[in-house]
Amino acid sequence: MRCLLATLLLLAILPAKAVIETYEFSDPSLQSRYASLSQELRCPKCQNQNIADSNAPISRDLRAILYAQLEAGATDDEILDYMVARYGEFVRYRPAVDAATAWLWYGPLVLLLVAVVSVFWVVRGRASGTAAPQANAEALANLRERLAEQDEADTRD
Amino acid sequence: MSRLKLFLPLFAFLALGVLLWRGLALDPAALPSALVGRPLPEFELPKLGEPTSVARADVVGETALLNVWATWCYSCRVEHPFLLQLADRGIPILGLNYKDESDPAQKWLAQLGDPYRLVIEDREGRLGLDLGVYGAPETYVIGADGTVKYRHVGVLDEAVWADRLAPFFDRVEP
Amino acid sequence: MLPEFGHLSLILAFVLACATGVLPMVGAWRKNAALMNLSGSLASGVFVFTALAFALLAQAFLTDDFSVRIVAANSNSLLPEAFKFAAVWGNHEGSLLLWALILSGWMLAVVAFSRGLPLPVVARVLAVMGLIAAGFLAFSLFTSSPFERLLPGTPLEGSDLNPLLQDPGLVIHPPILYMGYVGLVVPFAFAIAALLGGQLDVSWARWSRPWTNVAWAFLSLGIMLGSWWAYYELGWGGWWFWDPVENASFMPWLVATALIHSLAVTEKRGVFRAWTVLLAIAAFSLSLLGTFLVRSGVLTSVHAFAADPERGVFILIFLALVVGGSLLLFALRAPQVASSIDHQPLSRETLLLINNVIFAVSALTVLLGTLFPLIMDAVGAGKYSVGPPYFNAVFVPLMALLVPFMVLGPATRWKRDAGRRIWQEVRIPAAVAVTICVMAAYLSRGNLWVALAALLSGWLLLGLFWDVHLRSKGRSSLSRGLAQLSPSYWGMCLAHVGFALAILGATVLTQFGDERDVRMEVGETATLGDYSFRFATLEQAKGSNYDGDRGVFVVSDSAGLVTTLNAEKRRYFASNQIMTEAGIDGGLLRDLFVALGEPLEGDAWSVRLQHKPLIRWIWAGAIFMALGGLVTVADRRYRSRKARVASASGQDAMRVPT
Repeated sequence: MRCLLATLLLLAILPAKAVIETYEFSDPSLQSRYASLSQELRCPKCQNQNIADSNAPISRDLRAILYAQLEAGATDDEILDYMVARYGEFVRYRPAVDAATAWLWYGPLVLLLVAVVSVFWVVRGRASGTAAPQANAEALANLRERLAEQDEADTRD
Repeated sequence: MSRLKLFLPLFAFLALGVLLWRGLALDPAALPSALVGRPLPEFELPKLGEPTSVARADVVGETALLNVWATWCYSCRVEHPFLLQLADRGIPILGLNYKDESDPAQKWLAQLGDPYRLVIEDREGRLGLDLGVYGAPETYVIGADGTVKYRHVGVLDEAVWADRLAPFFDRVEP
Repeated sequence: MLPEFGHLSLILAFVLACATGVLPMVGAWRKNAALMNLSGSLASGVFVFTALAFALLAQAFLTDDFSVRIVAANSNSLLPEAFKFAAVWGNHEGSLLLWALILSGWMLAVVAFSRGLPLPVVARVLAVMGLIAAGFLAFSLFTSSPFERLLPGTPLEGSDLNPLLQDPGLVIHPPILYMGYVGLVVPFAFAIAALLGGQLDVSWARWSRPWTNVAWAFLSLGIMLGSWWAYYELGWGGWWFWDPVENASFMPWLVATALIHSLAVTEKRGVFRAWTVLLAIAAFSLSLLGTFLVRSGVLTSVHAFAADPERGVFILIFLALVVGGSLLLFALRAPQVASSIDHQPLSRETLLLINNVIFAVSALTVLLGTLFPLIMDAVGAGKYSVGPPYFNAVFVPLMALLVPFMVLGPATRWKRDAGRRIWQEVRIPAAVAVTICVMAAYLSRGNLWVALAALLSGWLLLGLFWDVHLRSKGRSSLSRGLAQLSPSYWGMCLAHVGFALAILGATVLTQFGDERDVRMEVGETATLGDYSFRFATLEQAKGSNYDGDRGVFVVSDSAGLVTTLNAEKRRYFASNQIMTEAGIDGGLLRDLFVALGEPLEGDAWSVRLQHKPLIRWIWAGAIFMALGGLVTVADRRYRSRKARVASASGQDAMRVPT
């Protein structure tokens, strides 16, 4: 039973399955780097999983490499470069910040700036009442609406 | 409100639509080799079934296929007959026995036929790792100068050969 | 025989949906009351026949009718009853039918609850919903029929439902999620109806709000259920992965959140109209986009259904027609419905605009990250992956940016306010929040994230509490004071409380969560922080369609025994798949989590131990948000008299057909 399970596990190429490696690290800081890097590296074979959570054989191998390299004293960048050289940028869940990915990393900031500018423009620029006049019937309807709600409308509600 | 500004969401959506249309033709799971255009990595590994070892220099020299296979891989068995056909046509095929055992591998070849010029035994998967192998079967095209030209992941059959791999061999006399 | 009736039912539903989409729309255009009056019965008809088709499909699953292809592919006679029913939507075809069913259900609801609305509005709204329904039913009928048969050659047994799906989570998560996801069609339909009609007054916002709030509430709940299910089901203790399918449901939520706030402004003050309409279109468009992403195979995901490019083309064309059409309509008609700004810079309108803008930017950011791999591949720039490290880095700051404005919002007046007055209102909560922040910084040994979360959430919670206090005083008693506060207000409070809880939970969890992977033999004990886990026994695990191993773990801390946890490794017979069932002790303040890894030599197992502080606050927060959304619907405004609405909008009161 145990043997069957073990064999099945070895052959299984299952996504979404808890994988638990019991590496002992010589230094606690290596342990946390292992945790974060194994979550940053993607299993090349799986349906969108990092190597920490995947049981595919390749994930096992990559975790072993990660462990070996950490113990050997490689920096995070060196390890990532090593993986990318073999598997491509695909294997990183946190894309490198370079010319190609600049718009990914700075895009949100640009969007936010555009948004802030728009808010300023809308609020400051228009408050002076340069808006187009509303159609009379509409304004009247609005007014009726507002008057009808006087009893429940509270300017603070 | 300027008229043109109102059309921005529509234009943005149309651009998105074009992108998604293009995306339907792509395969998000297909992973081209990171080594395309780069030299085959250095290695020194035992040859299957022989006491000698083989290094990079021994295998580089003519355009060849490098087929990654293992006895535990079911799909490798499926593509094997086609590999024998290719070998018959004179295409040089190198084997990379990936994370496997010597005896079963030899028995396998004895039983099913041997299409390989030679088989590199990569028991630990070190060369596989350097190549960026992530699952058998995979087939690489190695150029005469030793650069990796192309990688196909999955079963190799006539359609894939004719469409993707054969062009690398057209210019070479078998 | 019965599956054929199901198929026929589906065809009838499709025909009726087409009729619903066309006839009332023509009626509204031609001012033909007879045609418009048809909308109610046609929409009801769509629901009846879709429900019938669904019932017949469910019957096929429950009676193990393996002659129906999807039953054979997704069910098994050994499967527990509840899962047989849930298996109806545990596949592409069935879940699409669920989509259609829920859509037709919303149509029925609109018919039922729209007595006070002018006939042209109802006619247009139902027509738009009918068109969407027709699209989905066509998609089902022409590319993904759930009633395909395996005759002859009916298998004797089914392939079984994926073991990961054999869980109560499958029974509740998809229906609730779809209720929200699909429900966004209602504000969308209202927006389109308004653009078509060429007029948008405050009553439009009033009509849209309850529908939007309910859909948003269900969506919040649905996403929360997905997160919770992934947590206990997948065996590694994660609760959000920024997977494309997760993002597909999160983007509509972000935009819908902006929408509910924007609708508040439009209803109260009549401004931001064109922007609100655009948000309503965007929210549902993102729902449709999500449907495309999940079913077309364009992005890789563990959640995605089996990809089929043909289906992808159909949905894309549908998407292009619906979204492209709506945005074109918007571009052409928006000036007719636009409003002008008449509020001062420092006012609640501005704060809500900021809210809108931050949520819109967040949604676009998530979209950017989700589509980046596709874009880079499409332009030939290579294969990239974007995952949690990226999303967390860009999303968290945006949410942090939001909270100060959330605090000021309820305290600020409409139209114009003064900084000094606002400060008078918020300074006490602010002071207390700063104190809490300092305490949190000290207790967490200088953890800046926790201190920041304590400051923001604390200020938010205290601010709400203080606001309630200020509004309820001045009456004879506290209960009188509280009673005068509207359901709308209570809904806002609940939802904002939920948000604060979720932020606190997520921050404390990520900063103080603890995890260990250890090798354990039976009898061994491992420690994690203050807790010790003793691997007491290893037993056989047996279920109706699986067997496996069960590890019993006894957990204790310095005070003594805490709990006993069972962690299982199951093998499902029909599919031979191995599954991990984690042992979880859920608590208000923390979760303890044990999962079995693999058997190792020497009768040992690799075991993952996790301590997850405040994780339940994240989900509790979502539940509060959902509750808040639902509570607002009880507000008196939405039960306004027909006469008032009719007279205020200047039209004769036309009866909505029964």
